[in-house]
Amino acid sequence: MGSRTPLFPEHERLGARIVPFGGWDMPLHYGSQLDEHHAVRQQAGVFDVSHMRPVDIQGADALAFLQRLLANDVAKLKQPGKALYSCMLNADGGVIDDLICYYLGPNRYRAVVNAATADKDLAWMHACIQGASVGINSRDDLAMLAVQGPQARAKAVPLLPEALREPVLALKPFFATEQGDWLVGRTGYTGEDGFEIMLPAAEVLDLWRALLAAGVVPCGLGARDTLRLEAGMNLYGQDMTEEIGPLESGLDWTVAFEPRERDFIGRAALETQQATGELDQFVGLLLTGRGVLRSHQPVLVDDQPVGEVTSGGFSPTLQRSIALARVKPGIGDQCAVEIRGKAVPARVVEPPFVRHGKARIAL
Amino acid sequence: MSSIPTELKYTESHEWVKDNGDGTVTVGITDHAQEALGDLVFVELPEIGKQLAVKDACAVVESVKAASDIYSPLAGEVTAANEALDGAPETINDDAYGDGWIFQLKLSEPSQLDNLMDAGGYEQLLADED
Repeated sequence: MGSRTPLFPEHERLGARIVPFGGWDMPLHYGSQLDEHHAVRQQAGVFDVSHMRPVDIQGADALAFLQRLLANDVAKLKQPGKALYSCMLNADGGVIDDLICYYLGPNRYRAVVNAATADKDLAWMHACIQGASVGINSRDDLAMLAVQGPQARAKAVPLLPEALREPVLALKPFFATEQGDWLVGRTGYTGEDGFEIMLPAAEVLDLWRALLAAGVVPCGLGARDTLRLEAGMNLYGQDMTEEIGPLESGLDWTVAFEPRERDFIGRAALETQQATGELDQFVGLLLTGRGVLRSHQPVLVDDQPVGEVTSGGFSPTLQRSIALARVKPGIGDQCAVEIRGKAVPARVVEPPFVRHGKARIAL
Repeated sequence: MSSIPTELKYTESHEWVKDNGDGTVTVGITDHAQEALGDLVFVELPEIGKQLAVKDACAVVESVKAASDIYSPLAGEVTAANEALDGAPETINDDAYGDGWIFQLKLSEPSQLDNLMDAGGYEQLLADED
């Protein structure tokens, strides 16, 4: 048995198919993954993401600590509430985890890390303190919901504590606002508008039920994966790993090489990769032949392997199969993917595939 | 609880088999199988005229989650494939025992039908898997 979020009995009551995920027993879907996917693209859905781990990082050296710990530069965060996506690298430039870091106020930050890697991440963070004046506090007392979709604002905001409603309505994308132990960010993992809401575990059941009563559709990890794939967002452990770093997984944009004097962990390794290697490129694929792309399928050009699919699946919005893939540079825009021994034609495209309910690639 | 019609035969790999009474059978996947797979998004049908041995992998169904082989329950020649599934694989989710049929076989040894499980046997198999 895995760990369970405070909403586990609700998931069971709703008839969810429960699967193990990163040490947790989580809902895969509540009946139809496709219906849940479409609900988020067209209306609003809610995901229990309480398995993800908020980690508070505070203290006089918090900024300097995070500037060394993260490949992106938290010094970019000038306004309280602003968030930033970053990789946390090892010395070899591999990815220990990806996370969102919120700047809450002077000397006060919160990172939200993946469930499966949370313990590893915390151990790494602690090992990196090295005498700095930093406190690291894993917020196991919090639960987290993601409300996503074009109707997320209209449906979720009236259900928030009153003091949060106006500040939440005023949030720009990638900003958050807090009130006591509630933190609401205009962030997500679906390519739609919406919020990620951290709140005391004891209060999550009421919010969850109120959202469902307002017509927000409960969504599981299955829809979460197809939504993030359509949005062209990476999944840790598949698209990037401790062995494959940000420069070969489409995350160059999250690595802040400026200012040059900022010595973040992994910097030297990434600079060596840039200087010496022909780095693989990270691309989107649209399957033009028949089948479904899946991770680890070989990508072929002229019958020769040039890379592999890192995340693949069926896009419910496009009604086609799409993938993220790591391939040799300069392969052009036509390739094939080996599916059960057959070379099936595919086209190289630039993610995202879908944003705000609309196709972003030509079919 | 998934439905298990009593007039059909079943395999351990969750195919159902309907005896058409004329030396042919119709094959599909069970309600339990479609439910376990989740929403289906792609079906690869067997070629008509293909000769199959028992337990040959002969078709593929893919759900949002994963690909799954379909095995021929009996030996014979493929005489029909449900082309309607090409554009509507979800038919298997909606009607696994009816419009969601996958292919038909002309049996080379009709007596092999007796080797398959009946509804009671399949129900027991599902109970044992739980």
